[in-house]
Amino acid sequence: MAIATDYWKIAESAGLDSKIPSGPIGQKWTKHKFDMKLVNPANKRKFKVIVVGTGLAGASAAATMSELGYKVKAFCFQDSPRRAHSIAAQGGINAAKNYQNDGDSVYRLFYDTVKGGDYRSREANVHRLAEVSVNIIDQCVAQGVPFAREYGGYLANRSFGGAQVSRTFYARGQTGQQLLLGAYSALMKEVASGGVEMFPRREMLDLIVVDGRACGIVVRNLVTGQLETHTADAVCLATGGYGNVFYLSTNAKGSNVTAAWRAHKRGAYFANPCYTQIHPTCIPVHGDFQSKLTLMSESLRNDGRVWVPKKPGDTRPAHEIPEADRNYYLETKYPSFGNLVPRDVASRNAKDVCDAGNGVGATGLAVYLDFTDAIKRDGMSVIEAKYGNLFQMYERITDDNPYKTPMMIYPAVHYTMGGLWVDYNLMSNLPGLHVLGEANFSDHGANRLGASALMQGLADGYFVIPYTIGDYLAKAGPSGVTPDHPEAKKVEAEVKQRIDTFIHMTGKRAVNDFHRELGLLMWDECGMARNEEGLKKALKRIPELREEFWQDVNVTGSPGTLNQCLERAGRVADFLEFAELMCTDALHRSESCGGHFREESQTDEGEAKRKDDEFCYAAAWQYNGVGETPTLHKEALEFENVKLTQRSYK
Amino acid sequence: MSKTINLKLRVWRQASPEQAGKFEDYDAKGISTDASFLEMLDVVNDELERHDIDPIAFDHDCREGICGSCGAVVNGCAHGPESATTLCQLHMRKFKDGDVVIIEPWRANGFPIIKDLVVDRGAFDRIIQAGGYVSIRTGQAPDAHAIPIPKPAADKAMDAAQCIGCGACVAACPNASASLFTAAKINQLALLPQGHPERNRRVVAMVEQMDKEGFGSCSKHYECEAACPKEIKVENITAMNREYRRALIARD
Repeated sequence: MAIATDYWKIAESAGLDSKIPSGPIGQKWTKHKFDMKLVNPANKRKFKVIVVGTGLAGASAAATMSELGYKVKAFCFQDSPRRAHSIAAQGGINAAKNYQNDGDSVYRLFYDTVKGGDYRSREANVHRLAEVSVNIIDQCVAQGVPFAREYGGYLANRSFGGAQVSRTFYARGQTGQQLLLGAYSALMKEVASGGVEMFPRREMLDLIVVDGRACGIVVRNLVTGQLETHTADAVCLATGGYGNVFYLSTNAKGSNVTAAWRAHKRGAYFANPCYTQIHPTCIPVHGDFQSKLTLMSESLRNDGRVWVPKKPGDTRPAHEIPEADRNYYLETKYPSFGNLVPRDVASRNAKDVCDAGNGVGATGLAVYLDFTDAIKRDGMSVIEAKYGNLFQMYERITDDNPYKTPMMIYPAVHYTMGGLWVDYNLMSNLPGLHVLGEANFSDHGANRLGASALMQGLADGYFVIPYTIGDYLAKAGPSGVTPDHPEAKKVEAEVKQRIDTFIHMTGKRAVNDFHRELGLLMWDECGMARNEEGLKKALKRIPELREEFWQDVNVTGSPGTLNQCLERAGRVADFLEFAELMCTDALHRSESCGGHFREESQTDEGEAKRKDDEFCYAAAWQYNGVGETPTLHKEALEFENVKLTQRSYK
Repeated sequence: MSKTINLKLRVWRQASPEQAGKFEDYDAKGISTDASFLEMLDVVNDELERHDIDPIAFDHDCREGICGSCGAVVNGCAHGPESATTLCQLHMRKFKDGDVVIIEPWRANGFPIIKDLVVDRGAFDRIIQAGGYVSIRTGQAPDAHAIPIPKPAADKAMDAAQCIGCGACVAACPNASASLFTAAKINQLALLPQGHPERNRRVVAMVEQMDKEGFGSCSKHYECEAACPKEIKVENITAMNREYRRALIARD
């Protein structure tokens, strides 16, 4: 049981209202849509909404709210909204269309997602996600997204990431790109119509809260260095996940926790930060100069067979190792799911065989993903048509030809299920602050299923926030706050002071040196497997490292120009604070669930063992100051439809 | 197998849009041949930072060849010497120990330099704003299967849709034309029934915007296709020209 310790406090009363509508699960959203207040069309244009981030969630939200008539300001740190990291998603997007007639339904998608999340998500949110999934596909097709089709002209589907039905829609290996370009085109349409004012190359550095209501942001114009204050009637953060706390991840280099962390420091609760997803099929680490890890779509596991040599330290090349000396460990251990077990299970098993000394490659931190049998069975041309671009990418990076020698893969940080706490309306505990997509915590529980991130981003942006924002604005009315409000001025002055502090840092170490060190620490102690001792070690080291950063980092250049060193320094400083909360959350949750594997809590077979009577809640953390123990607020998770069981993929 | 090499870099340094730029020389020492080109620049930049020298500014984000942020002219080639490869996916094993590597930003009237290798590609967003979309509001869509689309058309639309908007086509073109970028979007939407209601308006508006942004005309050098990391074909430009003529006739 989580009790107060030196590391955390527990709130006297939870004070969290998830605002889940009453009624049967299948009717909650419909009922809620009717119960919500509406803003009349003539009044919508009087309301201003800020959207930060232009990935799938942000771009679709900004475009759709503008279509409804709200005045939207959209912000991104990249040079164009089209570059947000949603663009890198490869595999696909789930939807309960049942076009394959293979037994899929909204309820089955709901059920699979709750189970896949290891029973740590909110049932009502997940059901709504499954309901609107079908609308997303319709919307994207109508925008001209070129999904894969069959010869009859109808949409193709594939099975993906452990699903036993084929419900994944895809556009070659570039589904995220095509969906994002669809949302981006809708956004550009609204920029042209005047409904959205677009601010690229702006980084959000703080949130303005007046009388407990979020009503503005301070951003830095990354080209001129000028600080700009924008106020509105509501703020939506769609700023992605925090995977780059590990330094090496599959996230884009610019992805960061700053917007979410700044909102947290202004009062928004951060939920389940220890839930991180380690993706099993990535190209292994190969040097300390490395800046990022590259994921290869897990659709590869549909045809590739994962194996390692049976004998530890077997250095023979793959083709010289006979069948009898190979351990196809996923197929043996999980006969019904085989190579298609969910991501957390596949990743953990790869770690286990490598820790046991059976790993391959120069570092021993890799396993084989072998297409030899698939090529024999289906022919080279079929495999090439399915995976050609992925094989090409692999060869470009590793200089190895996967048609001839098996790929080598290893898990890498990929997605973060935790995020700012939101209620059913996607609003945080701070009125006015809404959080969408990967930046919130609500839909994936402790583990996200493949092809569900794109679904959630677009569900939040196209089909949830456009409804719930109206209810908020109708009830709250205009904020009346302008950039010359004293509180807005105060926040801007604080941001300016922080930047001045950075610019005067004249230490000896580069920003990246600290980021790398933090990342390695997090990977070792708060990565694929965690234990009390390691987490306590990290919690001792992080404040020291933060101290060293503020003593010895060097920030070059001036604040009044494009200054990428300054940008990185700000992000790393926030990761150095955030990492502590992440480890605290991982320490407090002494159960294993989904991607959070506590070594102390496993079944006899080494699978994640939940402790439902103690931890069936979302942990929402309140900020109490840098280095101060945070306060834990618990939102009890109630499962009325899906029965809690030990997940089994055997 | 991985080894290390030393390189001489000649890099375009320009502090701001207003100031004149010039080439500066830097040593890139002990670079692993498994590193990517941008990782090589990271190593150089970290060393500059430790010596309190402003690091070389360059745009980059996903580092897996899909976001379109990165790009520089390397030894005269947009995105460097490797075909169908963005700069972030160019690996140092393509270089030899002792090589001199000249690194410049995209140079085009339509892409003003912001700093060092960073240019302003806002013109591309404005070309899309002129009509690179289907005017459908969220919620209006019919069932996705209401309109079957022949697989060959869907596949060709996907070929065109793969454009990442990096700007290499402009940088490679002797006229700094943005025809390949503009044509890829026009053709994607012209190939699909969803794009048909607005096809005439779209092509005229997008071509006009492209001209307004200061990009040159296409004079069929095909350098754009050679530089394109996503292998977008010049036949898209032919299709765009056809669309354009068709639209002008329809308008009269």
